[in-house]
Amino acid sequence: MTTKQSLVVIGNGMVGQHFLASLAASPVKDSYHITTFCEEPRAAYDRVHLSAFFSGKTAADLALADEDFFAANGITLHLGDKADHIDRSSKTVTSAKGVTIAYDTLVLATGSYPFVPPVPGHDRPNCLVYRTIEDLEAIANAAKSSKVGVVVGGGLLGLEAAKALTDLGLETHVVEFAPRLMAVQLDESGGAMLRCKVEALGLQVHTGKNTTLITDGKQCVNKMCFADGEELETDIVLFSAGIRPRDDIARACSLEVGQRGGIVIDNQCKTSDPDIYAIGECALWNGMIYGLVAPGYSMARTVVANLAGEAANFTGADMSTKLKLMGVDVASIGDAHAKSQGALVYTYQNGASEVYKRLVVSQDKKQLLGAVLVGEVSGYGTLLQYCLNGIELPENPDALILPPRSDESVGLGPDALPLSAQICSCYDVTKGDVCQAIAAGCTSIGELKAETKASTGCGGCAPLLKSVMDCELVKHGIEVNTDICEHFPYTRQDLYNLVVVEQIKTFDDLLETHGKGKGCDICKPAIGSILASYWNEYVLAKEHLGLQDTNDTFLANMQKDGTYSVVPRITGGEISPDMLIALGQVGKKYKLYTKITGGQRVDLFGARVDQLPHIWKELIAAGFESGHAYGKSLRTVKSCVGSSWCRYGIDDSVGLAIELENRYKGLRSPHKLKFAVSGCTRECAEAQSKDIGVIATESGWNMYVCGNGGMKPRHADLFATSLDKETLIKYIDRLLIFYVRTANRLQRTSVWMENMEGGLDYLKSVVIDDKLGLCEQLEQQMEHVINTYQCEWKTTIEDENKLKRFRHFINSDQPDDNVVFVEERGQIRPADEEERKHFKMMEVA
Amino acid sequence: MKPSGDTSKKDPSWKDVCSADDLQPNSGVCVLVEGQQVAIFFLVKENAVYAIHNYDPIGRANVLSRGVIGDIKGEPVVASPLYKQHFNLKTGVCIEDGQITVLVYPIRIYNGRVEIQVTVQEVIEAPAHEEANV
Ligand code: SRM
Ligand SMILES: Cc1cc2nc3c(=O)[nH]c(=O)nc-3n(C[C@H](O)[C@H](O)[C@H](O)COP(=O)(O)OP(=O)(O)OC[C@H]3O[C@@H](n4cnc5c(N)ncnc54)[C@H](O)[C@@H]3O)c2cc1C
Ligand code: SF4
Ligand code: FES
Repeated sequence: MTTKQSLVVIGNGMVGQHFLASLAASPVKDSYHITTFCEEPRAAYDRVHLSAFFSGKTAADLALADEDFFAANGITLHLGDKADHIDRSSKTVTSAKGVTIAYDTLVLATGSYPFVPPVPGHDRPNCLVYRTIEDLEAIANAAKSSKVGVVVGGGLLGLEAAKALTDLGLETHVVEFAPRLMAVQLDESGGAMLRCKVEALGLQVHTGKNTTLITDGKQCVNKMCFADGEELETDIVLFSAGIRPRDDIARACSLEVGQRGGIVIDNQCKTSDPDIYAIGECALWNGMIYGLVAPGYSMARTVVANLAGEAANFTGADMSTKLKLMGVDVASIGDAHAKSQGALVYTYQNGASEVYKRLVVSQDKKQLLGAVLVGEVSGYGTLLQYCLNGIELPENPDALILPPRSDESVGLGPDALPLSAQICSCYDVTKGDVCQAIAAGCTSIGELKAETKASTGCGGCAPLLKSVMDCELVKHGIEVNTDICEHFPYTRQDLYNLVVVEQIKTFDDLLETHGKGKGCDICKPAIGSILASYWNEYVLAKEHLGLQDTNDTFLANMQKDGTYSVVPRITGGEISPDMLIALGQVGKKYKLYTKITGGQRVDLFGARVDQLPHIWKELIAAGFESGHAYGKSLRTVKSCVGSSWCRYGIDDSVGLAIELENRYKGLRSPHKLKFAVSGCTRECAEAQSKDIGVIATESGWNMYVCGNGGMKPRHADLFATSLDKETLIKYIDRLLIFYVRTANRLQRTSVWMENMEGGLDYLKSVVIDDKLGLCEQLEQQMEHVINTYQCEWKTTIEDENKLKRFRHFINSDQPDDNVVFVEERGQIRPADEEERKHFKMMEVA
Repeated sequence: MKPSGDTSKKDPSWKDVCSADDLQPNSGVCVLVEGQQVAIFFLVKENAVYAIHNYDPIGRANVLSRGVIGDIKGEPVVASPLYKQHFNLKTGVCIEDGQITVLVYPIRIYNGRVEIQVTVQEVIEAPAHEEANV
């Protein structure tokens, strides 16, 4: 048996912790007794998101390691104890508290400290820095009795600190020695644009200012004096003038350090003593100190790999950055200052929208060397990939920074990336790693995160990761499987056709003839919907009942606590005072939470399942009918007030909206459907965001199709113009049934059309020109659905048998004791977990 | 409130909860027995009945009886109506997270009556819930 060696890590900051976590995940950890010295009073936390401390995050939220990380991995943590000196001859480390530990291997991860220029008065009261949680506490404390704050330094961190001071309510100034903001990353014009933007946000910027003295102020605690004779009074002075590596402990034991500081390391991150490594911001590699966390992480992984006997090298890191500073998007890539031999520069500047972009390309215009983006950074991911992977540029590189002229996309598809392209820089995950994980079975972002760690750091790579995943999945997916689920080897379209061709009327028949097993919560509702749109039978009929999702089974929408919401139809959003009163009475009687929905109607929440039939009896008696908020079917036809009242109204938008809603209500479709009708081009009904939108013009109705709000908004396309009402309705009939027949399960019209070969033009050819010779059939089927419409609630309350279902317990009248409400703004809402415990006894009558 | 089940003459551990006619074909109902909420599912073709606790430990509401039933790889399951996780009707184990289970109850149909056995047990909650209670 070999005895374990001793490994000591000095510094438990971001990089030190990443080192420990990587080590803990490697089998080589079993070869070591591990000890770490942590000078700060708490174990490693997320310094990158330090400013979140001001927006309510606690130290615990920012912690990088679980509480039991150290114990679980057998790591001895000396908290609040600074390593004081290293004795290289006896190979020991001694701490300020007097602990001495012998090491076989030592890792220095001491980070850096904020540089405070040695200006006379720099140590006066309220002269602070921005690096640790304690620093932030001191700032917050000083801010309580302050009005003005000055940040010394207009770099990345300085601007972040300035934002924090502004958020603390201070009048904030930034004083920068260089002639522009973010001098390291931005060129002159980029810096000027940024300045313009942050000044518009209330920040006062002073560039080219050299502070010579800080002394007593008159109105404020401090006064700053500048070389040009000007003065500035301020309560707080916050230094953010760069960082300096913490190499003192290394100097003291004669390790090699750089001329301007930093512990010199080689490609394995070894210092001049082969038993001592240095990683993170204290380390100097190839003359460079990296003030970012990703290169430090990369060093940490290099050392772990070396300890495990693998050949790993740290070979530098990309310093490109993208961030939001005071709400302004800024990005810088590679050689932003065009210092490379023969570099050519393209710039694009839009003063009106305050966008500045600059491309630096090689002499032959084939390679991207660098870029600067201010105000609009959506191209960052694409540009970075061009730059890092040496991908050949398109013929006119300026197309990459010019606003797109048409719909053409100049984005770099994930397909164009080589497998070696880095997707996530925090965890050094390449496209190859992602592809491998997908090939091994990952099919969601969550799984990819767990498998590769990509996107679990700063999160900046999430959009790129997603697009690579989608692209790969399509590649796999198409050949692999389009079956709706394991019970039917068919797509939804196939199933629809089977139902039509073989005139199948029940799920059981379809399962018997074309499926296997018992079905599931995917195929059952999908087939339930197909049967309903084709045959339009009562959805709660015995043979269909088990197919419906809960919402359809109880004809109401289940809420988080198991109660339901009730949404009666209010066609076109038009409602008389009497109907409103009736709604109010029902809401009041059953003590329901009432809210105006985003669809121009009223939602009543908090109904117990046993109350639903009673509520609906009263609503139906008052003249309401089901609003189908529970179904994949027509929701609402939104309207504007239109020509009856509005001084601009060209046609009766309310009247048409009501007619359309009544015509298509109850139609079961692959996903929900929303319409709107506007009375003129001002478009107050937002028809261009709906599945079907109609806008009145002097020459008739304009019809728009396949718009979407929701998760991925899509503007509707103009489908036909100047229609009379009959033609409009004919087109809608045809289009909807064609959608019902051919869309995938849970596919909105927007996605349906986008995936259709030939897109809008094809759809027009089918619906308007009758290219497939289907139109008569489509119209007939719609006629059938319209003629067989029933209000499902009416049918249900008339059937005693069906009502048996509407009880919480089939054998008791007790209500569910887990349903507990509390009051908020004069109405009920479900109690949260804490409240539930307190109010467990409260009965809602 | 009706008395929740009389003891069967033969074996008092079987509690009568409802009539077989009260069950919903290929769907679920909920019964109250000895203070516990039990979801009962009836699969017509297999002529099978299953009983599990009605509480969804993930959605944290008494709703499992209102989920869609079916099978995953041949195992009978119910999909929670809230967040659609599946629970094995035979074992109570959650398919998406094997750490989470719901109670299952022995159930039978006897002379047209549905009977189940209730052993008094703690309701098993999702770990997240436990933490929230700390
Ligand atoms: C009640 C309401 C919010 C409100 O208080 O205003 C609402 C509530 C819900 N919406 Fe919505 N949406 C409501 C208007 C909207 C709108 C606005 C509109 O219709 O003009 C949109 C965007 C427009 C659109 O759909 O294109 C909207 C986009 C969504 C989406 C995203 C759809 C998409 O294609 O991306 C979902 C999720 C889904 O359907 O998969 C959703 C899903 C839901 C669900 C079903 C979520 C759920 O599973 O619990 C909510 C249940 C309703 C309930 O319990 O009664 N809701 N939802 C609105 C009901 C309108 C009505 O009278 O029927
Ligand atoms: C406000 C802010 C925002 C930032 N934003 C970003 C960003 O967006 N992106 C980015 O990449 N980077 C950002 N950074 C930089 C990033 O935080 C650092 O690159 C990273 O923390 C470096 O990790 P490190 O472990 O080398 O140093 P540190 O995290 O500073 O850790 C070093 C630790 O060692 C301790 N220590 C030092 N000497 C001793 C000793 N002798 N004994 C015991 N302990 C010792 C120190 O107390 C400290 O806890 C930001 C930094 C700040 C302050
Ligand atoms: S769209 Fe606006 S302006 Fe036109 S009729 Fe409607 S409310 Fe009036
Ligand atoms: S780049 Fe930061 S998480 Fe991927």
